Amino acid sequence: MAMRIFDPHIHMTSRTTDDYEAMRDAGVRAIVEPAFWLGQPRTSVGSFVDYFDGLVGWEPFRAGQFGIRHHCALALNPKEANDPRCAGVLDVLPRYLAKDGVVAVGEVGYDSMTPEEDEAFARQLRMAIEHDLPVLVHTPHRDKHAGTLRTLDVVRESGIAPERVIVDHLNELTVRPVLESGCWMAFSIYPDTKMDEVRMVRILQEYGTERMLVNSAADWGRSDPLKTRATGEAMLAAGFGEDDVDLVLWRNPVAFFAQSGRLDLSEQSEGDIDAAATFEGNSILRGARAG
Amino acid sequence: MTVETTMDEVTAALARHLTDDGAAWLAAARARVSGEPAAIEVLFPAAGRHCGRGRIEEPAGGWTVDDAARTVLIAELPLTGPALTETIEGLYRYGDAGEKRGVLRALSVVDPVMKLGESGVPLLRDALRTNDTRLIAAALGPYGARHLDAAAYRQGVLKCLFTGIPLADIAGLDRRVDDELVRMMSDFAQERIAAGRVVPDDVWRFVPSPEA
Repeated sequence: MAMRIFDPHIHMTSRTTDDYEAMRDAGVRAIVEPAFWLGQPRTSVGSFVDYFDGLVGWEPFRAGQFGIRHHCALALNPKEANDPRCAGVLDVLPRYLAKDGVVAVGEVGYDSMTPEEDEAFARQLRMAIEHDLPVLVHTPHRDKHAGTLRTLDVVRESGIAPERVIVDHLNELTVRPVLESGCWMAFSIYPDTKMDEVRMVRILQEYGTERMLVNSAADWGRSDPLKTRATGEAMLAAGFGEDDVDLVLWRNPVAFFAQSGRLDLSEQSEGDIDAAATFEGNSILRGARAG
Repeated sequence: MTVETTMDEVTAALARHLTDDGAAWLAAARARVSGEPAAIEVLFPAAGRHCGRGRIEEPAGGWTVDDAARTVLIAELPLTGPALTETIEGLYRYGDAGEKRGVLRALSVVDPVMKLGESGVPLLRDALRTNDTRLIAAALGPYGARHLDAAAYRQGVLKCLFTGIPLADIAGLDRRVDDELVRMMSDFAQERIAAGRVVPDDVWRFVPSPEA
């Protein structure tokens, strides 16, 4: 069956054009790429500035070649918030939060739950309120249950409306408190760790499809950019209808990020893709490299 | 493509394409920039959201409505010399791809009035190092045709051939083409033919066709 898919969390900077092609074929039409850790720690603000430039420059261009709308969420991630050499990222962030393709602040939240992470998390929640942007919150891999409860406390204290917050990487033990908080619930479907599509279907059966988001969180680790599609197929196999799949894989993420006022889901005919991109079929699609 | 793009063309295009709300936003933004130049830092990124991003036919060469709006904002800056250069560089340095393209387009239009001289050339060189066809094409507008040295201009033209940008979008090519550029284009065509790949038709305007 044809599905339209919006992957609300995927790190395309780490992926290949083969992935873009396979995603397009699977039904992916729009994505959000949150700023996060690159595997190798960064040691200066300049590294982040170049990364942010890529997320509002080259990466949307690359995605556009494959008919996929690319948006991003920008933030200083919790892991690197612990390095004092990176603290200045918070001073340049406001300039980037004004950009067209930036539809949220994120990923923010906790990694090791340090005082430095507390400060960066709270400050960036304030920035989200100031810039009228929703927020994508990462929950820690270690000590996840306690970390999720603490995350919800910080969100509540910030004063941001819960319907403007995604709490991500949830599992069977953390979904209920987030449901009760009024925040959106997101699940990263991985080949063998955070959550898989069969467990995801059971969660949807138990907790319903409202405020539910499914993402691949595909990055530089073992991950699969087609896990959104796999979840849709698992839903159908378990007896969910096509409309349920469309709600979870498309209408829910669209409704959430539309709160930014900056979501652009028009076809790729406007100014951001020049005639050049399709001139005689000659473009990145054909492997041309200007070097 | 003509070698000049004028402010009259840009303002006429905006008059044709802006909605009433867009025109009101832009008028207010211009008034603010003329009194408080630093305000352009927040107004420049917002131009697409308020004015639109659609393609327009005139000025030629792939302009968009937001390019035109950003051009008039730069033209409004009450600055000259190094202060003007620094502000334009900042808009480019911290701009997303759409803002960078807007700066590159604007250079061609405001140069004759604001007397930029060579100060925008480093931005062109930055754009020509990317693989983003929107930026490469914008860097080869009238300002690039006037100010890029021969080596950089030739490399830019070759880059257009590699990335599929129509040569018709490059400003000043008929005037600036030289023997060395024709040789480079010819070598490019031979390489493509040897590989059994498509040669863009517009090469044959400058290189003698092998069948001729």
